Amino acid sequence: MAIIPLERKPLSLAERTYLPAILSGLKTTFKRLLKPAETLEYPEQRPAIPPGYRGVPTLVRDPNGREKCVSCQLCEFVCPPKAIRITPGEIPADAPTAQVEKAPKAFDIDMLRCIYCGLCQEVCPEEAIFLQNQYSMSGYTRAEMVNHKDRLYELGGTLPDQHFKWDKKKAAAEHGNAH
Amino acid sequence: MIAPAKPELVTVNIDGKEISVPKGTNVIEAARLGGIDIPHYCYHPKLTVVGNCRMCLIEMGMPAVDPATKAPVMDPATGKQKINWIPRPQIGCATNASAGLHIRTQTPQVKDCREGVMEFLLINHPLDCPICDQAGECKLQEQSTGYGRGYSRFIEQKNVKPKRTLLGPRVMLDDERCILCSRCIRFSQEIAKDDVLGFIDRGSYSTLTCYPGKKLENNYSLNTVDICPVGALTSTDFRFKMRVWFLKQTNSIDTESSVGANTVVWSREGVIYRITPRRNDDVNDTWMADSGRELYKAVAAEDRLTAVKLNGAASTLELALAAAADLFKSNAGGIAVVGSGRSSVEEQFLTKKLATALKAPAYLVSRVGQGDKILVSADRNPNVRGALVTGLIVSLPSSQLSALAAAIDAGTVKTVVSVGEDLAAAGLTAGQLAKVSVIYLGTHANATSAAARVVLPTLTVFEKNGTFVNQQFRVQKFLKAVPAPAGATDDLVVLAKLAAAASGTAVASEIGALWSAIAAAVPALGTMTFANLPETGLLLDATPWAALPFAEGETLHYKPSSAKATEGRPA
Repeated sequence: MAIIPLERKPLSLAERTYLPAILSGLKTTFKRLLKPAETLEYPEQRPAIPPGYRGVPTLVRDPNGREKCVSCQLCEFVCPPKAIRITPGEIPADAPTAQVEKAPKAFDIDMLRCIYCGLCQEVCPEEAIFLQNQYSMSGYTRAEMVNHKDRLYELGGTLPDQHFKWDKKKAAAEHGNAH
Repeated sequence: MIAPAKPELVTVNIDGKEISVPKGTNVIEAARLGGIDIPHYCYHPKLTVVGNCRMCLIEMGMPAVDPATKAPVMDPATGKQKINWIPRPQIGCATNASAGLHIRTQTPQVKDCREGVMEFLLINHPLDCPICDQAGECKLQEQSTGYGRGYSRFIEQKNVKPKRTLLGPRVMLDDERCILCSRCIRFSQEIAKDDVLGFIDRGSYSTLTCYPGKKLENNYSLNTVDICPVGALTSTDFRFKMRVWFLKQTNSIDTESSVGANTVVWSREGVIYRITPRRNDDVNDTWMADSGRELYKAVAAEDRLTAVKLNGAASTLELALAAAADLFKSNAGGIAVVGSGRSSVEEQFLTKKLATALKAPAYLVSRVGQGDKILVSADRNPNVRGALVTGLIVSLPSSQLSALAAAIDAGTVKTVVSVGEDLAAAGLTAGQLAKVSVIYLGTHANATSAAARVVLPTLTVFEKNGTFVNQQFRVQKFLKAVPAPAGATDDLVVLAKLAAAASGTAVASEIGALWSAIAAAVPALGTMTFANLPETGLLLDATPWAALPFAEGETLHYKPSSAKATEGRPA
């Protein structure tokens, strides 16, 4: 590749004094001085999270307090960086939610691996995993950055349910069309 | 060798394609030969045909002939013989191929039929795929993608049936998922010969159940789980353990008896979750015994040997092998080798090499139990015939090592190399074990490993490659499904190093190189390599060993040679 030497133009007198540049900078400063601030005093001030924001993935309970995850492991399957790890377990036959049969024994999301893509939420057939408003995850060790099941439920809380699918299932078994 | 009778071939026309198939083949199998899939639920190639799911409906026709003259009726439009199509669809599973049969599987009528059947099957289906173990290998899921409606027109309430019924110790029934195909019932009647299952009630009340006072507890009960096309029957062992789409499938061989049932080992990240049968029409069809499915539990058992031990203290492989070499030198002439009918052909070949180099007699221990006439034979060693083929032994072994015990008592044997055999279980007393230096290669702790001078941990069948020779003299290979635990070494490596120490020359332990040595040394295996061994195994010529009184009785696809001789004799 050819090298083309360029002659640097000599600075004019005005440029050599630097004054016009300083003044135009100060003009912007004084204009902004009277306007309300654009920045936030993080962490005292927190940004408003728009709807549909994809924050930290969490597990949620339904309004009756039932854990919605049934450990079908579809999120584990779809997760591109393999951040999710589930150990499935069985709900004992005498439990109040025995009709669901299956629940996770362990549910770990490695937040060092998570890329916040939201595929887990999209694929979940039970609407149990949601990327919610939480956006700040920090820790001193790698182990701290793995969210276990109890932490995931603590972060997720309770969300409204459109279907109450398993409650309907239980109601159908208890009365009506039982054979 | 007598050539098998050639089946009479007939030409059938499936979707306009002419295919030659054996006469009497049903349409599902004929279409499969032509690469066309006909969906089905109740039909199973190894069970009788009942035709109750109606999923395999097809259009069928025969070439038209004039009723009076029997002359073909030609179609003037095409210039070919006219086809008389039956106006109503027929089921493929119960339609047998005959000359000139015409089948259509892709017409709008057939598609409508399949969609109709799917809609009825799904009316009362609970759609609990997220918690269903069958998800991922479910025929309902598969056919729904092709013939499902995608939404339900059913506004009434669905049936509710029991969700957790234990049919036996290993099989759980979910009645809501059952589509009443009756495969499990037919399997119990026809293959397991334990008729315990049946339907009760009628219509949508129909329910699969055991006969009163009976349980599905025979040793073949888990085959019903395998053949269940939906998630109605699940294994209590595998239930809710792992979704099948995560599991890696590795071909293996069942080691519980000399039948050598072909299996698939399902594992994820070095953990085995289940074992299922693999179809081999000459050995086990599509079945295997429940007892063989639990063998994977030995991999992570509590008493697994994972540390090399020298004189009872932890050591390293190099030190232990050096100690073994010292024992070989100091006790030369007073060494015995106990091989195993559970070792692979390759290991037996190296055991033979070791015994030859040490000029030591080689023993084998037999294990004989009760054969069940299906897929568990009387000989509970998977590979006694491998020891015969490789020349490790020349006559059949006995269950007790009395000759070795006598030699130890007489003081002529000072060192015993045991390849995975528990000498105490084979009849040696603790006193006799204490009198000799035992070099023990094995996977699990037992009385012999406790008494041994040198303990070399080795691998289970799931952690290594190799071959077994089954009761039919069929060489079958098994592959490594999971990595070896830390501390255990491949049997081939350990045996090759011991043989090298005994003979002073290097011995190949890598399976490819080892097979060239085996092919050169064992004429019966001369044409084989490990890589070219077919999935279904290779039958060896058994005549050199035909006179031996093998323990096996009759099992599926196997008749003992004595029975064959009686059969051939004129009455």
